[in-house]
Amino acid sequence: MQVFIGAAAERPLARRWLAATAGLALGLIGAFPAKAQDTIKIGILHSLSGTMAISETTLKDVMLMLIEQQNKKGGVLGKKLEAVVVDPASNWPLFAEKARELITKDKVAAVFGCWTSVSRKSVLPVFKELNNILFYPVQYEGEESERNVFYTGAAPNQQAIPAVDYLTSKDGGEAKRWVLAGTDYVYPRTTNKILEAYLKQNGVADPDIMINYTPFGHADWQTIVSDIKKFGSAGKKTAVVSTINGDANVPFYKELGNQGVRATDIPVVAFSVGEEELAGIDTKPLLGHLAAWNYFESIKTPINEQFIKDWHEFIKNPKRVTNDPMEAHFIGFAMWVKAVEKVGSTDPDKVIDALPGVQAPNLTGGTSTMLPNHHITKPVFIGEVRADGQFDVVWKTPGLVPGDAWSKYLPGSKDLIADWVTLKCGNYNTVTKKCGGAS
Amino acid sequence: MGAVRDRLTAIVAVLGLVAVLLTPARAEPYAQALLHFTADSFDETIAGTNGVATSGNPLAARVIAALQEGRLFFSAQEKTVFIREERDQLIDAATGQPATGPAPPDLAPVRLNNRLRRIVEAALGSLTLMAPDPAKRLEAAQAVFKSKDAAALPALDQAIAQETDARVKQALIEARAAVVLYLDNASDADKIDAIAVIRQRGDQDAVALLGGLPATASPAVAKAAADAIASIQNNLAIWTALQNTWYGLSLGSVLLLAAIGLAITFGVMGVINMAHGEMVMLGAYTTFVVQEIIRARNPALFDYSLAFAIPLAFMVAGLVGILVERGIIRFLYGRPLETLLATWGLSLILQQAVRTAFGPTNKDVGTPSWMSGSFDVGQMTITYNRLWIIVFTLLIFVGLLAILRFTRFGLEMRAVTQNRAMAASMGIKTSRIDALTFGLGSGIAGLAGVALSQIDNVSPNLGQGYIIDSFMVVVFGGVGNLWGTLVGAFTLGIANKFLEPYAGAVLGKIAILVLIILFIQKRPRGLFALRGRAVEA
Repeated sequence: MQVFIGAAAERPLARRWLAATAGLALGLIGAFPAKAQDTIKIGILHSLSGTMAISETTLKDVMLMLIEQQNKKGGVLGKKLEAVVVDPASNWPLFAEKARELITKDKVAAVFGCWTSVSRKSVLPVFKELNNILFYPVQYEGEESERNVFYTGAAPNQQAIPAVDYLTSKDGGEAKRWVLAGTDYVYPRTTNKILEAYLKQNGVADPDIMINYTPFGHADWQTIVSDIKKFGSAGKKTAVVSTINGDANVPFYKELGNQGVRATDIPVVAFSVGEEELAGIDTKPLLGHLAAWNYFESIKTPINEQFIKDWHEFIKNPKRVTNDPMEAHFIGFAMWVKAVEKVGSTDPDKVIDALPGVQAPNLTGGTSTMLPNHHITKPVFIGEVRADGQFDVVWKTPGLVPGDAWSKYLPGSKDLIADWVTLKCGNYNTVTKKCGGAS
Repeated sequence: MGAVRDRLTAIVAVLGLVAVLLTPARAEPYAQALLHFTADSFDETIAGTNGVATSGNPLAARVIAALQEGRLFFSAQEKTVFIREERDQLIDAATGQPATGPAPPDLAPVRLNNRLRRIVEAALGSLTLMAPDPAKRLEAAQAVFKSKDAAALPALDQAIAQETDARVKQALIEARAAVVLYLDNASDADKIDAIAVIRQRGDQDAVALLGGLPATASPAVAKAAADAIASIQNNLAIWTALQNTWYGLSLGSVLLLAAIGLAITFGVMGVINMAHGEMVMLGAYTTFVVQEIIRARNPALFDYSLAFAIPLAFMVAGLVGILVERGIIRFLYGRPLETLLATWGLSLILQQAVRTAFGPTNKDVGTPSWMSGSFDVGQMTITYNRLWIIVFTLLIFVGLLAILRFTRFGLEMRAVTQNRAMAASMGIKTSRIDALTFGLGSGIAGLAGVALSQIDNVSPNLGQGYIIDSFMVVVFGGVGNLWGTLVGAFTLGIANKFLEPYAGAVLGKIAILVLIILFIQKRPRGLFALRGRAVEA
């Protein structure tokens, strides 16, 4: 017993050590083909093992595909691109080590990577210290803008706020009561804080908001689903906004289906459930539940059909789906290539200055622009789950929505703006007219 | 402008069609209503649904049912609407006859959103109140209960007068009460009668209905509603406690399922097996592979897939267990720290091996129809999958007890664990028994995987989530005692579920851990401590 308890405490350490060895081995393999001087190296920093491999492996593959495509077109600045793949093994400190290795040893021109906010926060100091570029492709909680990071995923105002607007609208069911359910970590907590402030500004009373957090990988949803049912039977239309993370979603949706919570009674709109996640669930009982993203595989545009075709050919599996973060890498990579060609150099300082204003097509038929706050403009779509595990777009924003680095709805950040072009500041306070001291 | 012109041409076209086919005059609004479906806009579809529902056309119920099930198709170019029946046969919605000629090239399903689904449900409810199938009538009555559609009142009265099935009749009466309650011109006395009916129903939906009453209701009605809500909620509080107990039993059964294999390998043999969770995962992946084969070869057998998966999962996990024991663990007996590290490394290797073989994404393990859905006991919802898991767990537990008590293998196993030297001198091959015992524990973990695949993710990380909980249960229940594991699992499950509504899922889990630590301080050997010589051995 004593042995067991002591050992349990040591567990993460040993795992880290093992993972580090594995990662090192992979890193070495990745580093060896680096012989020729005339290539430009691109770092790919996505977990290929551990808990986050489920989501991040796909992003590594899509980057390899994009780089291969670019090389077929002749590379960049007359040089071939070369991918350097490392495996940070879902281990946050290892992300920083791997980022340092990519920049100092492999001398990469830019890095595409990270999924969780904690991994991004862990690599931030490395990118600042060594002055390199990170493209971050996942929707996140906002409240950040760094000179070295370009955020190609959605900020809260590009996903959460439009989703709530939709549910309040006539077509969305005119929801009056809200359940904000999330996994207990920084992204759901910040997003829910923003949503709560937003809902209250729109006249939703305190008793009509229920906030619920669950641990990572929560598997027993019986109590929470029946609480949601109970909360939803107060005579007002109720909607659930879910920031439940990855793995916990499957048992959550299974329980919803089994307890008979149907979308016509209580719709659930999710911010972390995409085509990949639905691949593991029987979606028939979930018909009509919603997801808010900037991209859906089912959107019919010529550029998206080409992307899906290329992806199936590259991955050699016609069943593999595409999703929103993949599109974010598609846009981010195209922007980086354009910026590099514009300044004729891969020098990070020049590229960072050139990126704001660069435009690249997104896969849904529009053109996204990199903004001075290092976020991009994106359309927002609301999709309904279909029986085949895809989404049917039922609503979209009329135009592209520019990403806000700092939320307008939080007291701490409503006066802040980020502008790396004229103000050269990530957190400029418009009231005190001072840069908050970042970087 | 374009839309208006299109609609005008469409109407002209329809008028022409009507003239040609000499369709009865009353089908005219029906045919016009159908045209709304070809506009591919949610607002138009709503207009179409309402138009079809009120047209009185005998095809109306069929069209709306098809719309609800996603079987209603339209061609925007040809302005035609079709119902897709079995075997992809297209029925012309305007005439009810099979479509002739090739299908239009731009055939697409009429799309729905949640607002539309509610309208469709309500419309279908009013239309099918007198359907021949009692299940359909019950569904219709429930739909009207939700929609509170005043237009359905005459149909309801007629249906109540005709209804012979007691359950459907009750549902119809409740639906009527719901309609009357929300009717603007009903008298207070009628409304108070309606409240009494709904009070009888006594569930969450009744509370929702009464709570949603508009503020314009007269004071007498409002008071009756408030009284009814209070009384229902009093009653529901008791059911909530029962429901929590049920959830606790269900969580306990999952804990027991995950821990029972460990109770053998760790509890009886004393091996700290960190790869236990991966045996569970192997069982879940076996289920996945079995289902894939059945889906490809013989989909009719799908409902029996778990029956095939159970013995296979036991064998796969059991064989891997025996290999692990022969290959690694037997060299490490008596060295707990080395065993811990070795099995831990093994768990990482197994995870990554599965990730390489099957990919990192979740696998879709289907639920057989007899395990889907739920039923109500009073005001309590019981889901079939949880119920079956409890039954399955108890069967495994009883089976395991029987093996230990009544078989030669069980006897030898007990002999070896109690006194190895003595057992060996009696002629028992102790090393063989060690391998088989470890195989048995692993095989049972594989069985757990079959059940857990029904409620959790099937991904390489599946086992990780259960390993800590499993050790917790075994240690809390008392190492080396199967009954202790049983009591421990259910105690933890129920305690957790009673804490969760007050403390939340995160704090609830922390509280349970703290309680266990305190408990272990008091009783280091768990709930049911082994006594006697075995303890010192």
